[in-house]
Amino acid sequence: MSTEQNKNEQWEIWEVFLQEKSGEPHSHAGSVRAADKEMALQNARDVYGRRDTINNIWIVKTKDITATNIEDKTSFFDSTDDKVYRHPQFYKLPDGIKDAFKKR
Amino acid sequence: MHLKNDNSLFEYLVRLGDDRLILGHRLSEWCGHAPILEEDIALANIAQDCIGHATHFLNAASEVENKIKTADELTYFRDAIDYKNLLIMELPKGDFAFTIVRQFLVDSFTFLLYEKLQNSGNKFISDITTKALKEVQYHLRHSSQWVLRLGDGTELSHEKTQNALNILWLYTNEMFESDEIENSPSLKNFITKSSDLESEWENKVISHLQNATLKIPEMQTNYLSGGRRGIHTEHLGHLLSEMQIVARTYPGAKW
Amino acid sequence: MVDLELTFEKNLSIGQKIEPRDWMPENYRKQLIRLISQHAHSEIVGMLPEGNWITRAPSLRRKIALLAKVQDEAGHGLYLYCAAETLGISREEMFDQLHTKKAKYSSIFNYPTLTWADIGMIGWLVDGAAIINQTTMAKCSYGPYSRGLLRICKEENFHKIQGMEIVGILCSGTNEQKEMAQESLNRWWWPSLMMFGPHDTNSPNSSDLMKWKIKIKSNDELRQRFVDMTVEQAKVFGLTIPDPELKFNTETRSWETGEINWDEFYSVINGNGLCNNERISARRSAYEDNSWVRDAATSYKIKKNKKAEAA
Repeated sequence: MSTEQNKNEQWEIWEVFLQEKSGEPHSHAGSVRAADKEMALQNARDVYGRRDTINNIWIVKTKDITATNIEDKTSFFDSTDDKVYRHPQFYKLPDGIKDAFKKR
Repeated sequence: MHLKNDNSLFEYLVRLGDDRLILGHRLSEWCGHAPILEEDIALANIAQDCIGHATHFLNAASEVENKIKTADELTYFRDAIDYKNLLIMELPKGDFAFTIVRQFLVDSFTFLLYEKLQNSGNKFISDITTKALKEVQYHLRHSSQWVLRLGDGTELSHEKTQNALNILWLYTNEMFESDEIENSPSLKNFITKSSDLESEWENKVISHLQNATLKIPEMQTNYLSGGRRGIHTEHLGHLLSEMQIVARTYPGAKW
Repeated sequence: MVDLELTFEKNLSIGQKIEPRDWMPENYRKQLIRLISQHAHSEIVGMLPEGNWITRAPSLRRKIALLAKVQDEAGHGLYLYCAAETLGISREEMFDQLHTKKAKYSSIFNYPTLTWADIGMIGWLVDGAAIINQTTMAKCSYGPYSRGLLRICKEENFHKIQGMEIVGILCSGTNEQKEMAQESLNRWWWPSLMMFGPHDTNSPNSSDLMKWKIKIKSNDELRQRFVDMTVEQAKVFGLTIPDPELKFNTETRSWETGEINWDEFYSVINGNGLCNNERISARRSAYEDNSWVRDAATSYKIKKNKKAEAA
């Protein structure tokens, strides 16, 4: 493998997701550069886990993430905010039934 | 100042402390100058861990000598001749290959040592090494990975890594010398003789280096040693003169 | 186009963050790249003056704290390079601009660190000034920059505090230590005021930046906040601000300083500071002399992938 060939090849960018405690969701922390998976994990640990305790780390190549586009905003999401029947406030219960258990 | 030679526990704690202090110092020299930003952060992490371990060991040493000297006094007001670290720790940082190969050889040793020392009958030693072991395990993971990348990377990186290994190998036997301090009856239930670690270290290290396509240098009968007796390379004096300059210029000052 | 621009402006006006995939005016993108990369370079170059004292820190506690702080700066540089990369520039391009002196970074890092007290001063003054800038900038309109800054601000708090602790201990120490602190303040005071940039009347990019909410407060406003805070802190330390014209305006209830030496400011920006060359050549050699390390890692990955494919 000649070094010349490698020169122009940049290391990939990886997105880092941290889980602070067991059972919690992983949330996005930022990104790192790395040549391989192991390096990406180690870099993620050193860059984003210097202070807090971390339970688990996910890394994923940035280029492998599929996301919605700005153009999708209307068609993709607008229709969901008028579905009031998805929220408990939409429904009415008989008076007193909520506290019935407590008053037992 | 000469340390009491009859106090084996103190001597032993100082050795453990000096090893970490000097290695941490050398690593810290990379801060701001590493090959990639992520590695600046990684090496600084490892350096902090090492200096943290050193602080614990030297504090413990200070305790067993009834605090005649604090950990800071031990660090800043001892001459090279009273430093007891292994020679391999004090060698200049060299290029990235040299730093990584040194880390790998030392991490492998430190891991095996602390693994045993966790069960020490001495509370200082067992407490410090139990906590430090987790960090050292990570250091070893970091250096092992880089040994593979550099050894089995490009022709150039292979050559640099092999050169580093050829030099550093001369300093590895010193890690396994068990002298009168280690054999002192007062330390019997407290420590593991470093000579007992040699064959396991050798097996693990050699197989990993071979995976990295590196050639194992021939075992030298004339290896280099002396650090445990205060007989150092000339590098340590310069390291200390830099490290100690502020503290020694203003003796008695607090920082 | 008109629609996109209107949406962009509407989003700005209702305080929505702009995200990488959103449409944005070309000049917004350009200004952000300039600003974020300058900020990233400042973090990275800023490691050098302080890194200069890691090996000489006078106690184990100081040594480990300074190491952690300088390490954070590498981390902050990294967050910021990542934020800039979302705008379509690579880290390599940004490094190249830095190494060829096309990109600017904060001029304060072209001043030398000559005594241990300088480490305290940098924490107190330089990080103090940076925190004022960054907490304001964290409200800026670009999502990745704003999020990066939030993380940075959270982490940077200890930087200033550790600096103030160092200054405090020097000021309550021996006479020599107190003199060391005063001498250091004499050198760092004016350069820290310069960190906020030229007066609003001479700040070429400001109006666009404010319109786009890339900049929230003006240079002079932020500088004033810094002066008011720092003058009071100096009194507590028992240090004298090296400005004979400094006076308290009882009407505005704020401290007025003498005029900043703008000739010095532009001279240092244009490359004539004591350390400009050292800083750039240190960064250059860290990057260029170690290119073989990056090549090795790339090559190793390719070999490993090939082996995996063959298996």
